[in-house]
Amino acid sequence: MTTANMHDWLNDHGDFLYRFALARLRDPHLAEDVVQETFLAAIKSPSFAEQSAPRTWLTGILKHKIIDVMRKNVREIAASDLMDDEDGNMDEFFDETGHWAEKPLAWDIPDNALEQQQFLSILQTCIDKLPAKLAQLFLMRDVHDTDNEEICKELNITTTNAWVMLYRARMGLRKCLEINWLGGLKV
Amino acid sequence: MLSCKQASQLTSQSLDRPLTLRERFALQLHLMICKYCRRFSQHLQTLRAAIGKMVDSIENNDTIKMPSAAKKRIADQLATNRPQP
Repeated sequence: MTTANMHDWLNDHGDFLYRFALARLRDPHLAEDVVQETFLAAIKSPSFAEQSAPRTWLTGILKHKIIDVMRKNVREIAASDLMDDEDGNMDEFFDETGHWAEKPLAWDIPDNALEQQQFLSILQTCIDKLPAKLAQLFLMRDVHDTDNEEICKELNITTTNAWVMLYRARMGLRKCLEINWLGGLKV
Repeated sequence: MLSCKQASQLTSQSLDRPLTLRERFALQLHLMICKYCRRFSQHLQTLRAAIGKMVDSIENNDTIKMPSAAKKRIADQLATNRPQP
């Protein structure tokens, strides 16, 4: 195994790894960075010559790099904008007695709706409206991955804050979907 | 009795941690009598499923490529970082 082989890997798997990272981090520059770190870690690994399934192996490294980025972001969230806001400040969603200010609508969703590009593009727009770090945390948690358990463990560093942030993210996304998707379909 | 606000918080947290017995009981009781919080709970399930689809759709979208400048940068870095003996 030589550096040349690693260049082949970059050509064969670089785009896949980039999309994998982009889907989770939603930031092209961060995605490039973690892919770069992944290849550099790979070439320095003593075991890389023995890898018979490079894509799987590289993806495993990449997942750890993505979690590292997440962990850093979660710490920043905890340090900055959550300290005096334990309740999650959901005043816009509930009245003073704790009832829904705007009652959730019935979503009559056909099974194939989730496959539709229209729905997915509205969902992406709604995620993009969230603060970037909040969106990343939400994606890491709610994306079903083989190492979902590991992600939860990482998030446990700041569990209470993570719960509040995830709650906020879900409340915001639910509302955004209700307005933009169901509204668009005139349900 | 839980308020809708509290019930929605517990519903969200039930996706992130196991609820205590007491919390589960209180939440179930609330959901039994509150159709709006039942809807909210279903919406969160829908949302989670949709996120999975969205990630798949990006991952499987062959038209998304790593920018060539980034690829070249990585290739250059690899050239200066030889494998360990």
